[in-house]
Amino acid sequence: MSGPPGFALTDRARRVGAILLRHGYLARSSWIRIFDLMYWPLLQMIIWGFINTFLATQSSWVLRAGGLLIGAVLLWDVLVRGQFGMTLSLLEEMWSRNFANLFVAPLRPVEYALALMSLSVIRSLIGVVPAALLAIPLFAYSIFDLGLPLVAFYAVLTMTGWAAGLLMCAMLIRFGLAAESFAWASIFLLAPICGVYYPVATLPGWLQNIAWALPPTHVFEGMRALVLDGSFRGDLMTSAIALNLVYIAGSLAVFLFAFERARERGQLLQTGE
Amino acid sequence: MPPSGPVIEVEGLAKRFKTVTAVDGVSFAIFGGQITGLLGGNGAGKTTTISMLLGLLVPSAGSIRVFGEDMLRHRYRVLPRLNFSSPYVDLPHRLSVRENLMVFGSLYSLRHAAERIAELAEALELKDLLERKTGSLSSGQKTRVALAKALLNRPELLLLDEPTASLDPDTADWVRTYLERYARETQASILLASHNMAEVERLCADVLMMKAGRIVDRGAPNALVSRYGRHTLEDVFLDIARDRRHAGAPAEATP
Repeated sequence: MSGPPGFALTDRARRVGAILLRHGYLARSSWIRIFDLMYWPLLQMIIWGFINTFLATQSSWVLRAGGLLIGAVLLWDVLVRGQFGMTLSLLEEMWSRNFANLFVAPLRPVEYALALMSLSVIRSLIGVVPAALLAIPLFAYSIFDLGLPLVAFYAVLTMTGWAAGLLMCAMLIRFGLAAESFAWASIFLLAPICGVYYPVATLPGWLQNIAWALPPTHVFEGMRALVLDGSFRGDLMTSAIALNLVYIAGSLAVFLFAFERARERGQLLQTGE
Repeated sequence: MPPSGPVIEVEGLAKRFKTVTAVDGVSFAIFGGQITGLLGGNGAGKTTTISMLLGLLVPSAGSIRVFGEDMLRHRYRVLPRLNFSSPYVDLPHRLSVRENLMVFGSLYSLRHAAERIAELAEALELKDLLERKTGSLSSGQKTRVALAKALLNRPELLLLDEPTASLDPDTADWVRTYLERYARETQASILLASHNMAEVERLCADVLMMKAGRIVDRGAPNALVSRYGRHTLEDVFLDIARDRRHAGAPAEATP
């Protein structure tokens, strides 16, 4: 597709690439930022690795599950890093007061959202892969043994991370840096509900209904089915992807709405508190 | 050749923020190939007007046409042809000057970004700064870098909000000289919001005087000075700011 200057597909791809380039330069200039991405997944993996080792001596269920908790924490981090990957990228622009420069250039909000999603994948891989690799020598657990289903789990959690990330970005655009703390903390609201470390059946009935409306629940239940019963639950993955598509569409609509509201309120020029 | 029609046409433009009216129904047209000044005190509505022209801010009422395109409906057709610089907006501090310019070169889909950056580095005396972190530069150096960013896409329309604010006289003079040359050589139009009367007198062929969100007068600097019976544009500015009327001064807004 082409048309007036800046409308060709190659131009759109270049603008998405420009945002990736900007964050690539930033990462290259500061190793501590890369280390920061890896730090929490590594720490979480080590803590849950030891908990798993201890519980395996106390519980036949955990023993049979062999590293289930480590797998859960690694997958949980895919979701968390996925969301953080988007909000952190947006916050970098707010901290550096660069928003107006970006959107006076012919960068569409949708292109910016696409760039944020791509950054989310890159950041989550940088964060989680080292922890997954270190779990092999430390706890004799390889999440890669899950095989192809791991790709499905990763895809579903990344998509949920995008949906949550878009919502948090919308909130940051709307409320500015005043919403920064909430942008970091909000994703953890899902942790007790979506059965990261325990089966959904553990939850009270009314909360189970909410849990099944969340795509990560399907992943963690699917992972337990795979590890404990050796069966891949395609039905769970299908419903998780369907839910994700609904959530991403809704979050993107909220993101675009927040962007337009910010244009009405003059918040693109002053993106601080 | 500058464009024959108006580069910017604004009609009844207004912006209200809850109870505050920042811009109150301004109308004006700016023609190609000239530098136009937007003068007014703090809170007069200059930055709000420029933000609406850039599409960063949605007007409450009125219309904006840039290069004949409706800015409210087709701003992505216009944005590749304009650019801006403002002291209220920064480039990322942790990126080097070259990295920042490369990023914006990609955002503007420049085919030969490296060559364009080299060209601007030469023209704006940035060659020695290209590998420096943007955050480590002095105010004057940052202003030159921001100007380089604003010129990357060879804009036909340049909107500059206080381009020499906080610069020492030498650097400010250097920037003004460069802008004069750019406008002359490229026939680009420049809209310049400023508090600096000497700057406006030197650069601008036409001046829009804003007060309380309205355009209260307009004309060439010399014409304004003689109309108000004053010696300098600063005196005219003070007359308008303090509601002092002189022979020939308009009693009401004359956009």
